[in-house]
Amino acid sequence: MSADLTAGAGPARPVSERIAEFRRIVGDGLWRQNMVFTQMLALCPLLAVTGTATNGLGMGIATTAVLLFANVAVALVRDWVSPSVRIPVFIVIIATLVTLVDMSLNAWLHDLYKVLGLFIALIVCNCGILGRAEAFASRRPVSDAAIDGLAMGAGFTLALVALGATRELLGSGTLFASASLLLGEPFAFMELTVIPEYRGFLLMILPPGGFLAIGFLMALQRVWSARQARRTVPAGLGTDRGRA
Amino acid sequence: MDLASRRILWFDTVWYQIASLGAVTLAAACALALANLLTGPAIEAARARDLAASLEQVLPPGSFDNDLLDDTISVEGPDGRLRKFHVARLAGVPVATVFETTGRGYAGPIHLVMGVDRDGRVTGVRVTRHTETPGLGDKIEAQRDPWIHGFAGRSLDNPAPARWAVRKDGGEFDQFAGATITPRAVVAAVRQGLELHAVLTPQLFDRAPPPPTPEDRP
Repeated sequence: MSADLTAGAGPARPVSERIAEFRRIVGDGLWRQNMVFTQMLALCPLLAVTGTATNGLGMGIATTAVLLFANVAVALVRDWVSPSVRIPVFIVIIATLVTLVDMSLNAWLHDLYKVLGLFIALIVCNCGILGRAEAFASRRPVSDAAIDGLAMGAGFTLALVALGATRELLGSGTLFASASLLLGEPFAFMELTVIPEYRGFLLMILPPGGFLAIGFLMALQRVWSARQARRTVPAGLGTDRGRA
Repeated sequence: MDLASRRILWFDTVWYQIASLGAVTLAAACALALANLLTGPAIEAARARDLAASLEQVLPPGSFDNDLLDDTISVEGPDGRLRKFHVARLAGVPVATVFETTGRGYAGPIHLVMGVDRDGRVTGVRVTRHTETPGLGDKIEAQRDPWIHGFAGRSLDNPAPARWAVRKDGGEFDQFAGATITPRAVVAAVRQGLELHAVLTPQLFDRAPPPPTPEDRP
């Protein structure tokens, strides 16, 4: 943080201003600019894996890791990349990072890889990561980009878990089924059977159910945001629109 | 300011673009090659461990004392294809074989490992790889549902051939709510595996001394 204060082009800004900026980035990532609900990015991997809340959580964790690394890497090289070749450069960086994460998990965290392996390959086709590299990391210092990666990843995870939980609850009457396979035995308490003797609603687990569920969740998020905006006018809203 | 304006000049030259793209690609290739070198042996070892674990899971613990992974024979099946069998031995005597078989599931092949003793009884079945619907068809995995353990002790005449099917088809085995094709495929694959084993039993066990006493088998 202090390094960025001195390295910045303009006059050094007070710490309180930096903190306010970080808080704004986190709020954007989690809610105001949520990758799924507001930007409507990354829908392909989202719909593919959110049959259960556990799968959503696994995909969210893996994506957050790649998003963090990709944002930092792009912010590091941003001054050296000519605008005309920036997209291929970003894609090479992202694809390399995904492959590195895939290889290291396979080699050193093999049990986790057996659960997450399927999701990691899907991250390459996540346009949200390229979107963050282009819209944010290529214009900001490394610290901002790192926080944005974490916040956007957390917001994406939130959306995945919400969608997965909705589909799982309606589709098979459980919540976080097989969570202990992903997180380890201590998390077996998360596995809930909400509706016992439920016959299941196949449509919600198959891909069309994903479209239905995300439609309703998006509508809910819009209603909520509109209501909040009416109650209090957030200070940074105008600049958000301009940047996105 | 001077530095910035000078940089803009050569930033837009095609040579700088080619060089920067080349540099990034070269760095990525180096990183990947290095990672491949570092992770390769560990990944190979993990894969071998996985196979060994699934081979051992389909046999009762203590029923064999050899290294299943390396003790293999290849026998030509009735369809002319060469099949690989892992031989389980107790004190050098073959007691069972473990082999891979494949079923046609809802969303692609279901890869199974199954163990069969020399009397033609299933000692165990495990799914090693599949792409069935998560939450519905994945109940064939042993860690998610006990269903797959229902095959242990079965043979071609237990149940009778007509009852080697899921309940919906008038058979003995349960299907899952919302998924019938997946368990149907597994039942059919296990049955085919048993049939293959029955045809090949003489070739699989004839090179060995007579069967061990019943006490050796749990």
